Amino acid sequence: MTTEAGSETEIKEKAEGSVAQPDQSEATEENQEVVNSESATTEGVEEKKEKEKEGKGISRFLPPWLKKQKSQGQVVPKETSPTKEVPSTQEEVGKVKEEEEEPAPELNGHAEEVEKIEEVKLEEFKEKEAESHSNASADTQPAKEEKIEENIEEIPEETKPAPEGEEQAEEHQQQQEEEKKEQAEEVEGQGEGGEEHPSIFQSPLRLVRKAKMKMVVCHVTLLDGTDFSCEVEKRAKGHYLFFKTCEHLNLLEKDYFGLTYKDSHEQRCWLDPTKEIKRQIRSNNWQFAFNVKFYPPDPSLLTEDLTRYLLCLQLREDVASGRLPCSFVTHALLGSYTLQAEFGDYEPDQPRPLDSISQLTFAPNQNKEMEEKILELHKSHRGLTPALADTQFLENAKKLSMYGVDLHHAKDSEGVDIMLGVCANGLLVYKDRLRINRFAWPKILKISYKRNNFYIKIRPGETEQFESTVGFKLPNHRSAKRLWKVCVENHSFFRLNTPEPPTKARFLTLGSKFRYSGRTQTQTRLASSLIDRPAPNFDRTSSKRISRSLDGAPVISITEAGRVSSPTSLTGAGNGREPTLELHSDSKDHDKTQEEVLKHQASISQLKRSFMEAPPPSPPQPNQWEKRLTSSPATTLRIQQQQGVSVTQTEATPADDANFSDTKELGKTTEVEIEETVVIQEVSKATKPAVVTVTASPSPAAPPQREVSEQEVKAAEEATLQEAKGGKQESVSSESESEEEAEYHPNVPSSISHTQIPEEKEEEEEEGEAEREQEEDKSIGNTVASQEAPLVPVEVSPSAEASSGEGEKSRTEGKEEGEGETEESTEDPMVTPDEAPNGHALPEEGITGLIALAEEEETPKVNGDASLAEAERRPQVICCSEPPVVKTEMVTISDTFAAQKTEIATKEVPIVHTETKTITYEAAQLDGSGDGEPGVLMTAQTITSESLCTTTTTHITKTLKGGLSETRIEKRIVITGDSDIDHDQALAQAIKEAKEQHPDMSVTRVVVHKETELAEEED
Amino acid sequence: MAGLMAGFGHFTHAVVRGVPASLAKEALRTNQLEVDPEKAQREHDAYVEVLRSKLGLEVVELPADETLPDCVFVEDAAVVCGDTALITRPGAESRRNETEAMKCALKELDLNIMEMADENATLDGGDVLFTGREFFVGLSKRTNQRGAEILADAFKDYAVSTVPVLEGLHLKSFCSMGGPGLIVIGSSEPAQKALKIMQQMSDHRYDKLTVPDDLAANCIYMNLPNKGHVLLHCTPEEFPESAKVFEKLKDHMLIPVSNMEKVKVDGALTCCSVLINKKANI
Repeated sequence: MTTEAGSETEIKEKAEGSVAQPDQSEATEENQEVVNSESATTEGVEEKKEKEKEGKGISRFLPPWLKKQKSQGQVVPKETSPTKEVPSTQEEVGKVKEEEEEPAPELNGHAEEVEKIEEVKLEEFKEKEAESHSNASADTQPAKEEKIEENIEEIPEETKPAPEGEEQAEEHQQQQEEEKKEQAEEVEGQGEGGEEHPSIFQSPLRLVRKAKMKMVVCHVTLLDGTDFSCEVEKRAKGHYLFFKTCEHLNLLEKDYFGLTYKDSHEQRCWLDPTKEIKRQIRSNNWQFAFNVKFYPPDPSLLTEDLTRYLLCLQLREDVASGRLPCSFVTHALLGSYTLQAEFGDYEPDQPRPLDSISQLTFAPNQNKEMEEKILELHKSHRGLTPALADTQFLENAKKLSMYGVDLHHAKDSEGVDIMLGVCANGLLVYKDRLRINRFAWPKILKISYKRNNFYIKIRPGETEQFESTVGFKLPNHRSAKRLWKVCVENHSFFRLNTPEPPTKARFLTLGSKFRYSGRTQTQTRLASSLIDRPAPNFDRTSSKRISRSLDGAPVISITEAGRVSSPTSLTGAGNGREPTLELHSDSKDHDKTQEEVLKHQASISQLKRSFMEAPPPSPPQPNQWEKRLTSSPATTLRIQQQQGVSVTQTEATPADDANFSDTKELGKTTEVEIEETVVIQEVSKATKPAVVTVTASPSPAAPPQREVSEQEVKAAEEATLQEAKGGKQESVSSESESEEEAEYHPNVPSSISHTQIPEEKEEEEEEGEAEREQEEDKSIGNTVASQEAPLVPVEVSPSAEASSGEGEKSRTEGKEEGEGETEESTEDPMVTPDEAPNGHALPEEGITGLIALAEEEETPKVNGDASLAEAERRPQVICCSEPPVVKTEMVTISDTFAAQKTEIATKEVPIVHTETKTITYEAAQLDGSGDGEPGVLMTAQTITSESLCTTTTTHITKTLKGGLSETRIEKRIVITGDSDIDHDQALAQAIKEAKEQHPDMSVTRVVVHKETELAEEED
Repeated sequence: MAGLMAGFGHFTHAVVRGVPASLAKEALRTNQLEVDPEKAQREHDAYVEVLRSKLGLEVVELPADETLPDCVFVEDAAVVCGDTALITRPGAESRRNETEAMKCALKELDLNIMEMADENATLDGGDVLFTGREFFVGLSKRTNQRGAEILADAFKDYAVSTVPVLEGLHLKSFCSMGGPGLIVIGSSEPAQKALKIMQQMSDHRYDKLTVPDDLAANCIYMNLPNKGHVLLHCTPEEFPESAKVFEKLKDHMLIPVSNMEKVKVDGALTCCSVLINKKANI
C-alpha cells in the first residue's frame, strides 16, 4: 500500500476536483435548462425555472453562481436581468417548491405511462402548433408542455442530468418534507460549501464534524460478491464513489469498470461519474454494483493480474448466469481454470471433490457430467499459477462470440423481434440466436434515438452515394436512450483515441449532453503501461462467491438465479451495461477489415431481406438469449402498442434508405419526439465523394454572399464555420425544447481535432462538419437539419402542414431568441402539403442552400411522396454552409401545386444579413424502368460565366427495395451570382438538362434553396 | 490441451458412405444429367482412398442404402465441430433417413450427439460453412432459419450468421474454406454477394481466393500432422481455369480429386465426407 501512495493521492485529487467543481458543471446545466425554458417557454415557466435555479444556485456555492450568470449574459442577453434578481432566499425556494408541486404529483401518478402521456401531449402540442403556426408566440406554449413532458420522462431516467426543477419535483414525489429539510440544511451549509467537500473526502476524521452535511452510506457489491460500504456526501458525484471503490479494490486499471445501480424500473444502469449520484438513482436506494463496463478485447494486454482477476470474476458470473453462452466443453474448460485459479492444483487426496465443486456455479445448466469434466480438466492444469489460470480463462472466454456483447431487445422496421448487441466492434443484429447483420463502428455515421426508436446512419458503401438510416424500435423511450448511451460509450471507448470533449457550455440544451467521460481504451492502455508498482497482493479465494452461489443455486430459472441470487450477476445485467467485444487481435485491424468488408451495399437490403425471409417468429422460448438480456424483456404488449406509432417513424425515417422502402405508413402522423443523436464523423477520406454542393445565393446576392458561400463550401475557414455555428445554435433554440437531442462526434482513430477537420475535409465533409458543429457547439439548427431530418418520418404525414408550420415557427423562434431579433415565419405552410416535413425536416432544408434535382426511377412508390428523394438529399445537405445569420425560407411544392410553384415572397428581415430560401418541388412518384448505375458519382462540373457560376454534382444511387430496383439520381446545382442572374431561368435550364440527360427518368423533386444577402438593416 | 477454437483443419477421422446404385437414377438433382454409375463409383473410391491412404485418416465407411439414393452425400446429415455433432434434419424429405446411420456412426466415435427435433427445422450440412472462428449458415431451399437457430444452439461458442443462398443448392456449392481465414469463393455474382455478406457479418477478417467456377470453389482443407496444409480440390480436367488458381497456393499440399459424376447430382467434394477430429479440442 505504501507504494501506492502516489496513485492514491492522485485519485483523491481527482475526486476532489470532481467534487469541488461540480458547481461549475451544474451551473452550466442549469444554465442550459434556463435558456431552454426561456427560449421557448412562456414567461411564467421561465420565471419559475429561473427562480428555482437561482434558489438552488444560492444554496450552493457562489462561484458557480457567478459563472452561471456570466454565461447567461453571453448567450442570452435578455435573460440576464431575471437572473440577477434571484437573490434566492429560503423562502423563495420554498415557494418554488410549492409551485412545482402541482405538476409533480400529476407526473407521479402517470409515471408508469409516461410515454402515453407524452404522446397525448404531443398530439395536443401538434394541434396547437397547427393552429398557431404563424404565430411565434403561440408556439411557446406547446414548447413548454413539451418540456414538462420531458421532465416527466427524465424522472424515471436516472442518468439524465436533472435540472433543479426536475429534481425538486421528483423529490416531492418521494418525500416532500424531507426535501424541505434538506433545503434548509443546504442553505445552512451554503457558506462553507466549496471548500468542505474536498476536505470531507480527504479526511474522514472531519466527517464527524460534518454530520450535518448529510452523508449517505453507499453499498457497493463487488465482483467477488462482497459488499463494500462507503460513506459519501449526499451530493457526491459518481466519480467519488467509483474512485473510492477502486481504491478499496486497489485497482488502477479502472477504466474498464463502472458502477451500476437499479433504476426505478429495475433496470441496471451505469452510474454516470460526472453526475451527482443522488440525481441518478432516483430513490433512496444507495445500492450499487461494481462491474466490468468495457470488456477488453484482449485481456492479455491488461497490465495487472488484479485487473484480469476482476475481469475473470465478472466473466464467471456472466457465464454462470447464462449471459455469456458457451458450450458444454467450454463451460467445463472455463470452470476448470476457475478451480485452478482459486484452489490451486487438483488434490487427489481430497475426499469428495465433487461435493465441493457442485457448490460452485459454473454454468446455468450445470450437472454432474459437467462437474466431472471440470474436475478432469482441472487435473490437467497442475502447476498453473492462479494468474496463469486466469489468463487461460480469459484467453478462452474472449473468443466466445458473445463476449462483451450487450444485448438489447428491439424490433426491426417490420416489427420482427430482434436483438441489438453492442460491442467493441460495433452493433450486431440478432434474430433469435442468429446474427443477421452487423454494423461496424466505422460504418456508422450517426447514432440517434427518438422516443423509442433507435437509429443508425450508415456510411454508404463503395457503390453507394448516400447514407442510409436503419431504424429499430425499442420497447420504450428509456430503453432506446439506454441503448444509445451504451453505443456512445462503447464507440468512444473502443473507437476513439480520446473521448469526445464534454459538451461545451451549451445554452440551448437539446436533450442529453451525454458523452463518454472516461478514458478510451487507447488512453487507458497507455496509462496502464505507466503503472509502476509491485504487483499488488490480492486474495483470490472465491469462498464468498461460493456461498452466494449456494444460496441462489437451487433457483428455478437460471436467469432468475443469476440476477436474484448474486448481486454480482445483477451488476452485469445492467441495462446501461456496455459491452465490448472483440474476439481477437487489434481493434484497429478489425476496423480496417470492416471497412473493406462493409463497402458493399448489399448489407441493408440484405438485412431487410433476411427479415422478410425469416419465417414467422417461432414461439418465444426462454433461452440464453433471454438471460443475456441486460434489460428486462419488454412485454410484448407494450411493444406492440408502441409499434403502431413507432413504425411510422421508423419507416419514414428510412426514407433515406433503401431499407425502408415501404411507404405504407405514409398516412401516419409524426409527432415531436425526444431524440438523441450521435454523429460519428469518420475522417476517412473515402467519404469524400459525398456531397455537398452548396448552393450559392443567387438573387439579390451580392459579391459578399458569394464569398460566404464559397467559404462554406470549402469549409476552409473555420472562423466562418464557427460563426455559422453560433448563429445556428441560437436559431434553433426553440426546438431544443421540443426535442431532446444530443450530438456526439467522435473523432476517428486518427484523432483529428475538430478544428482540423474542416480543413481536411472538403465539401463532402461539410455535412460532417455541420454535424460536428452541432455536436460540439450544440448548434441546434444544424442538428435539427441534418440529423433529425433523416430520422423524422414525417414527410408523408397528413399533418404535414401543421408540422411544417411548427418547424418553421420553431426555427423562427429560435432565431428570435438567439439573436434577439424577431422574424416572421416566411414560410407558407400551405404550399408545402406534400413534404410537410415536420419541424425537424424543415430547418434542415432551410439551412441548406441547394438546388437539388432528384430523379427517381421507382416502382413501388405509394404516393407522390418525395420522402425518398428528400431522404437522399438530406445527408448531403451542408448545414454549416450557412452564414451565421441567415433567414431561411423553405418551400415545398407538391405536384399538385406545381402550377404555383414559384415564388413565395420572402419577407425581408431586417436583422438578417443573408436570406435563404428553399423551394422544394416534388412530383408524384413515377414508375421507372431502367436500372441505373450503382451509386456512382457521375459528374461534377463547374461552369463559370461572368456572373453566373454553376456547379453540378450528380449522385446516382441504386437501391433495392423489396426486390424492386430503384435508381435515384440526385443533382446538385449551385448557381452563384449576383442579383442580375435570372435564377428562375437558370433553374429551368438545369431541370431541362436533367430531363434530357435522363429521358427515361422522372423528376420527382426539386429543392431550391436561395440564399440572399440582404441589406444590413440592423446592427 | 488446445484451447477453444484451436486447430482448425485438424482431422483424424472421416465418415463416408457407399454409392448406392439408385444414385444414378433417383438422386435429387437440379439439372437433368445422366450419371454413369460405374464412373461415380470409381470416383468415390478414389476419393475415399485419398482420405485413407494419402492422408492417413481413419475412414468410417457406412454401407450404401439403396432406398436413399443421395446417401453418399454424408455431409448433409451431420455437422461436426469439436466433439459435438449435430444430426441435421435434411431439407429434402427423401433424405431424412440418411441421418440414422450417421448418428450411429458418430455415436460410435463418442461424440456428443445433438439432434434436430423441431419439425419445422431443416438444415443440410452443405449449407454450413465453419471457418474456424464462426459459422455461416446458408438459408437455401434446404435450410431454413429454424435449422440455423438449432445449429446456433448446438455450437454456442460460435457466432452463427445467416447468409441467403440465392442460387445454387447449398452455401457450399460456391464456397468453402481453403485454409485458416481463407475463403475460396466462386466468381459468380451470387457467390460474390454471399461473400460480401459474410464479410460484413463477421468480426474476423478473411482472405478470399476467387475461382472462376462456382463449383470449383468447393474444396476440402485439412491441416494434418506431418503434412501441413492439405487441399483437396477440383481437377484440371473438370475446371481447368479454377485448377490453375488452386495451383498458385504454394503452401498447400494440393490433391486434385475428380468429381465429374457426382457433381451431376449436385455433389461437391465436401459433400462426400464428414470430417472429425477425435482428439478434439479438449
